[in-house]
Amino acid sequence: MTENHDIQPHAQRDVGLAFWVTGFVLLILMPLLNVIPPEDSWLHLSDFSLNRFGKFLAFAILAIGLDLIWGYTGILSLGQGVFFGLGAYCMGMHLMLTIGKESVYGSELPDFMVWNQVKELPFFWKPFYSFPLALFGAILVPTLFALVFGFLAFRSRIKGVYFAIITQALALVAWLVFNRNETNLGGTNGLTDFKQLLGFRLSEPGTQRALYVVTVLCLGGAYLLCRWIIRSRAGKVLIAVRDSEQRVVFSGYTPANYKLFVFVTAAALAGLAGMLYVPQVGIITPAQIGVLPSLEMVIWVAVGGRGTLAGAVLGAVSVNLGRSVLTNYFPELWPFILGGLFVAVVLLFPDGLIGILRNLKEQVRVRKPVVVAEGETLT
Amino acid sequence: MKKSCRFLLLLLGLLHPVNDCAIAEEPQASVSTGASVERALAQLTSEDEAMREAALRTIIEQGDVNLIPRLDEIRANADRSIRQVIKPVMDLLKNRANLESPKNDVRRSAATDLGTSGKQVAVPWLERAAGKETNKWVRYTMEESAALLKLATDDPSTKLAAAEKLAELSSQNGVPALRELVKAGESPDATDVQQGLAKAAASAIERIETWAAWSNAIETIFRGISLSSILLIMSVGLAIVFGLMGVINMAHGELMMVGAYGTFVTQELFKTFLPAPMFDYYFAFAMPVAFLLAAGCGFLLEATVIRFLYGRPLETMLATWGVSLVLMQAARVYFGDLTAVVAPAWLSGGQQAMVGVYLPNNRLFVIALSVFCVLAIYAILFRSSLGLRVRAVTQNRNMSACLGIPTRRVDAYTFAFGSGLAGIAGWALTLIGNVEPGLGQNYIVDSFMVVVTGGVGKLAGTIVASLGIGGLNKLLEPSLGAVYGKVCILVLVILFLQWRPSGLFAIKGRHADS
Repeated sequence: MTENHDIQPHAQRDVGLAFWVTGFVLLILMPLLNVIPPEDSWLHLSDFSLNRFGKFLAFAILAIGLDLIWGYTGILSLGQGVFFGLGAYCMGMHLMLTIGKESVYGSELPDFMVWNQVKELPFFWKPFYSFPLALFGAILVPTLFALVFGFLAFRSRIKGVYFAIITQALALVAWLVFNRNETNLGGTNGLTDFKQLLGFRLSEPGTQRALYVVTVLCLGGAYLLCRWIIRSRAGKVLIAVRDSEQRVVFSGYTPANYKLFVFVTAAALAGLAGMLYVPQVGIITPAQIGVLPSLEMVIWVAVGGRGTLAGAVLGAVSVNLGRSVLTNYFPELWPFILGGLFVAVVLLFPDGLIGILRNLKEQVRVRKPVVVAEGETLT
Repeated sequence: MKKSCRFLLLLLGLLHPVNDCAIAEEPQASVSTGASVERALAQLTSEDEAMREAALRTIIEQGDVNLIPRLDEIRANADRSIRQVIKPVMDLLKNRANLESPKNDVRRSAATDLGTSGKQVAVPWLERAAGKETNKWVRYTMEESAALLKLATDDPSTKLAAAEKLAELSSQNGVPALRELVKAGESPDATDVQQGLAKAAASAIERIETWAAWSNAIETIFRGISLSSILLIMSVGLAIVFGLMGVINMAHGELMMVGAYGTFVTQELFKTFLPAPMFDYYFAFAMPVAFLLAAGCGFLLEATVIRFLYGRPLETMLATWGVSLVLMQAARVYFGDLTAVVAPAWLSGGQQAMVGVYLPNNRLFVIALSVFCVLAIYAILFRSSLGLRVRAVTQNRNMSACLGIPTRRVDAYTFAFGSGLAGIAGWALTLIGNVEPGLGQNYIVDSFMVVVTGGVGKLAGTIVASLGIGGLNKLLEPSLGAVYGKVCILVLVILFLQWRPSGLFAIKGRHADS
């Protein structure tokens, strides 16, 4: 799945071979490796690994959206965690309600409401009894929120550093609000202890496998959607906005509309990611939507390679894989590594992993003919 | 069991004189204890209750602080009921002596104790002491205590006068007792006198509450100004660098942390290597340490990271954020989580400005420091050659370069200076909170907002914006709570940017793009 670096502005029009290979590996090979080989075989992919990979792929959906706004349009949003959180909480609320009387206190209400002595379900929880409404809400709520926020921000031409700071403040404020108990969203502990989804037990490996497959399909869909956006005329305008907004204005376009569109799309993808994340991980807390997580999301894209959709996917998966391995062995070291990554990627590898891969490929491509043509005289 | 109790009490008795030795040195203390007092002491343990009462009265009226050790001795050997009677007498004597203490705090707390003791005998003492008192606030407490005691007498006219006095003093402590009077007047079988008293008490309460509302408002304003000045010290370095280089340094908060840890280390060094009397000077000494440490870190940061990202502000944000993560974790690993700085004596405590308005010294210090910083920065920007260059580069980098200004060097120095200011902010913050790795994170988003709201290139914008955001924060906090106050401020800032997209005081020019 890592060879997806064909999607450049100058690349061919069709989806490349790498897309199909990656799709095959993710969608068919990995679940099969989970199911078919016996548990002690070296080919076997454990339930835990598959589930963890599903989580990374959910993050990858968010990363694709973030890449669209940051990599292609040049708007740095440090509040992407908020949209992720909104989607995740919408799904989480539905999962909370499906627990029903299985909860610790045997009440129809979620456990934390029993602790907080809330007697009646708050009105904004009620639509989430319905699964379709929850799915719909997980996309719609972040979209609407991004629409209002983005409209105000882009209308007054807040951009660059200003926009980054405002969105960071948004992340801080959202974190504060979600942490409160009286908002009835579970406070610091968040939403957790889910039991079932549409009647399927979440603890069953089969359910998790199905969720994984759904995540892969959504990722593929998100990828194709963003690819289509970038290759459309609107996509050209987005890239132009990144490179020189002033000239775009002088050419008779209204960048604010394009920016709003891309900001809303990214928010919707973040909501989708959150929605897929919650049933797989089984918990959503404010700690996952604050300032630091929002910044980490940016680093996924930067590490993978901004301005390439494949890079976003690659970055999200590799950084999170690195995180889950390293925090296991060297918990104290992870912030150093993350901080170092921020600096190193920005200073030394502005094109990220994709850039490194591309360089290698170029070198191989250049060296081969040279070697063939001139022999060993030229080094 | 009983024996061990007695032993403990004896020990306590032994300890007491040690505690009271400061009092025993006072000029008022005399060795002569009259014969009547001697007799009373002897009668304290008598079986006859009336005799005991009389003895107690004699001791209170004629005795002085020198009796305390002897009373303690008697108490240690007496049984429970007598011990319980002797204890308040000892307190009374001690507080009476303390009313003459040279220390303001001691006099004041003695007066407060007497006021709550409910012993009418203390009224003349308090009034006498108030007559002699020179310190305004100690006198206030004495008068308040005397009035409180008088309010508890049986004589209606004294009560009336006391209520009047409490109203005049705007005494918050008097409110519960006054409420009792009002309640007594409301009961159906209240006499005319009681009703009159209740009326007086009600009007007194009203006057006191009005004053309380005012003093509350004043304190809120003070807290707002105090928060504003913290924000100002923090944002001003950030704003100068932003104006000059278009760069937001996300590690600014961690440079503050560096300053704070610099202060902490200075304190520890003073504690270990210098004699104790020198300790109070450590704080003054820590200021240049904090400034230089943070400035050094800033200089390094500029030379190794920011220099290479010139013209890419978003990348700079990310890189500096990475640096901030590394610095924070380094502090966490090296120093651990909780390290506190002890404020020097001259910065602890506070000033009483008005009745009910108490201004802590550390906050006053921070306000003064922010004023000083602003003046110093104005002096540097407008009266020094570096300042002239900074202003020139801020206005037009290319033109300045053409005129021979070494813009990169100006960048480096300014960045170091701005970082040094962060160090000073950290130094000041040690007075207010713990020194911890997350110190910078607490306020940093707020100070980013200040910079954005204030606009680029004008110091006045930063000052007004920090006053506005800090003030609003404290103004909204009581009614909305801290969290919703913050939400409200974010919304207000976004709405404000609708009206003024480039902040309060943007430099006017004919550039279409930033």
